[in-house]
Amino acid sequence: MRGAPELQTSIVKLVYLARLREAFGASHERYAVDGPTTVGQIREALRVRGGAWATELAPERAVRAAVNHELATAETPVAPGDEVAFFPPVTGG
Amino acid sequence: MTVRIQAEPFDAQAEADALRAGDLEVGAIVSFVGTVRDVNDGDRVATLELEHYPGMTEKALEAIVDEARARFDVRSVLVIHRVGVLSPADPIVLVAVTSAHRGEAFDACRFVMDYLKTRAPFWKKERTPAGDRWVEARDADEDAAARWSPGAGKLA
Repeated sequence: MRGAPELQTSIVKLVYLARLREAFGASHERYAVDGPTTVGQIREALRVRGGAWATELAPERAVRAAVNHELATAETPVAPGDEVAFFPPVTGG
Repeated sequence: MTVRIQAEPFDAQAEADALRAGDLEVGAIVSFVGTVRDVNDGDRVATLELEHYPGMTEKALEAIVDEARARFDVRSVLVIHRVGVLSPADPIVLVAVTSAHRGEAFDACRFVMDYLKTRAPFWKKERTPAGDRWVEARDADEDAAARWSPGAGKLA
């Protein structure tokens, strides 16, 4: 989209589910990124917020992620406009 | 519709009947129903609340069904998963598969459940006398799904 304001396109939507939603006290947030990044980089940036973020996103904690509704890994790229979800290992069925 | 997410109960027999209706090549129907236990990890479970990730859930289940159809010679596959607050003995999930012969139907049904357990974005929260707690994922579920990986071969 030529000419679109950069502010509009440098935002990703973060979604938190289940135990993480409760621990963070939020189901989603708008999150600014400086261009292309990865799931792992966002997780690390959230972890250094401290408190529940540091606890729940500690490297030894099993946290799953999805980008635009597809299961992702730490290396999965994230672009402005994407929806990135963090959640515990699933327990349905 | 091969995938449904709903709060309401389902009638497994009626769903299986509808799945095979009119298809005279069906020689086998396998259906699995998962239900709520009243005891988990030693504690009495009063209710079970199922949360999911709207938007991703449907997509994840459809991808699992597509994968099953690619791997097994099946006629049709149906997945129904409930969300919301459930009580002991309530049905949670239905996977129904029709095929010409039993082997493919059994395998496809088990494959869908094993993948659903590790790839579909649902989470269970139990209400017990000791308070509410999120159900932890089990390594056995990861192991069950891994057995279907390429190279691991079919289940013995």
